[in-house]
Amino acid sequence: MRNTLPVLTVLLAVVAIWYVAAIGMNSTWVRDQAARSETVLGMGEFVRQTLSLDRPVLPAPHQVAAGLWDGVFGQKITSKRSLVWHGWITLSATLAGFAIGSLAGIGLAVGIVHDRAMNQSVMPWAVASQTVPILAIAPMVIVVFASAGITGLLPKAIIAAWLSFFPVLVGMVKGLRTADAMQLDLMRSWNASRSQVFWRLRLPSSMPYLFASLKVAVAAALVGTIVGELPAGASAGLGARLLSGSYYGQTVQIWAALFVAAALAAGLVFLIGWIERLALRRMGLAR
Amino acid sequence: MTAYVITADQIDLTFQTADGPVHALKGVDLTINQGDFVSFIGPSGCGKTTLLRAIAALEAPTAGRLSVNGMDPDAARRARAYGYVFQAPGLYPWRTIAGNVGLPLEIMGFAKADRAARIARVLDLVDLAGFGGKYPWQLSGGMQQRASIARALAFDADILLMDEPFGALDEIVRDRLNEALLELWRKTGKTIGFVTHSIPEAVYLSTKIVVMSPRPGRITKVIDSPLPTQRPLDIRDTPEFIALAHEVREGLREGHSYD
Repeated sequence: MRNTLPVLTVLLAVVAIWYVAAIGMNSTWVRDQAARSETVLGMGEFVRQTLSLDRPVLPAPHQVAAGLWDGVFGQKITSKRSLVWHGWITLSATLAGFAIGSLAGIGLAVGIVHDRAMNQSVMPWAVASQTVPILAIAPMVIVVFASAGITGLLPKAIIAAWLSFFPVLVGMVKGLRTADAMQLDLMRSWNASRSQVFWRLRLPSSMPYLFASLKVAVAAALVGTIVGELPAGASAGLGARLLSGSYYGQTVQIWAALFVAAALAAGLVFLIGWIERLALRRMGLAR
Repeated sequence: MTAYVITADQIDLTFQTADGPVHALKGVDLTINQGDFVSFIGPSGCGKTTLLRAIAALEAPTAGRLSVNGMDPDAARRARAYGYVFQAPGLYPWRTIAGNVGLPLEIMGFAKADRAARIARVLDLVDLAGFGGKYPWQLSGGMQQRASIARALAFDADILLMDEPFGALDEIVRDRLNEALLELWRKTGKTIGFVTHSIPEAVYLSTKIVVMSPRPGRITKVIDSPLPTQRPLDIRDTPEFIALAHEVREGLREGHSYD
């Protein structure tokens, strides 16, 4: 691991900057408290207090770490205070939304590549769908579904799908058109049908594009799910955890939930990257 | 009764481009007999590839009559009259050599057992027996091109159309493949259309050499080769060979004197 040293250096630098920022941002409160109780704080005591507030403006790394530890390992995983439980709620909706979004993206791409009318009509709508802020759409989706008696995973998955279909659509339109003219001419010389061309040539050659867009899509799906958990009423999931944290000034809770979300996203992207490597190597497309 | 496998009667082929029409072919007349080895030679832009593609129904002539096996080219294509070999092997990296050779067979709906037998036979024909299980990247460029020839032969089309198939290979490999191709042509009796811009290659391989020139693309000369069908590589040092190469070169020069 030649990279260990530079990676550790960057990590240390981030932590150091974080500590300095925490001291700076929490200092006003500590100074005010000291003034109110008319005590004079030594430098050491001052720093210790800025880094151990209950509701700091910016919690120190070790506070977040403690919050994370408590949330992940300190609770029964069925507990409503468990980050594992909230994380699972978010992850399940993310995966459902990712699956719906990816299939929709692939389906639309297939349509666009094969049908002239879809080629001209679908893309503008797809682009338009992404220009509408997701924060504006999410509550509407939740409300519409709730009025139909559907709550829980599905509405959130729809919002996740809304964000994740687009990269897959764009990637697959490109991917399905990546087969070169010579390959298509060969297929034509064999009098291959469109479905034969699709399954034997277009789809396999689109795989590198598919995996690249799936990585973007899965991260987008997670963001969509968390946004879907923000509207009032949601009591479960990392989004709800973020929201309740901000209601009660529980900054440690917010940061802990943020880290779980980031870890989830990183894990999902890594997982797809791993499948990508295996698949492309098997297909001889890895170079 | 059609004596000719391919006949072209006053073919024009014009591409409409942003800079105006490009006359890729103009007034092309040609007849090709069953079992001919026909080379199309000429400078780039002379329409030799376009002519081959028109025969394969990959381009449509804008005027004139073209017939392949007594049909119009598109019907012939649908009847799988020809196998086409491009300059690049175009093998699928995710399929083995056998899988690649079997691809047209799958598409055409050959039964599995028949496919395996045909794959084995054509791989043997191009001297790649035993390489069926390898992936394309495990083979050299020359072997890959041989695999692509096997793929074009697998479904037993009577006509083999080759567009500079050895253009990207070095001369030593090219010599060997030319020799192998002649051998294959003698064994199978196929009609071969072969695009090249190498004079020795055209003279060495062909029974008929079609010399073409550009702007507009047209045939300036058709030379029937007096060389015997048995052609060892050293036939290229005989006076007959050199005379024929000279004639082709003269033909190419005449084509150029227009511009």
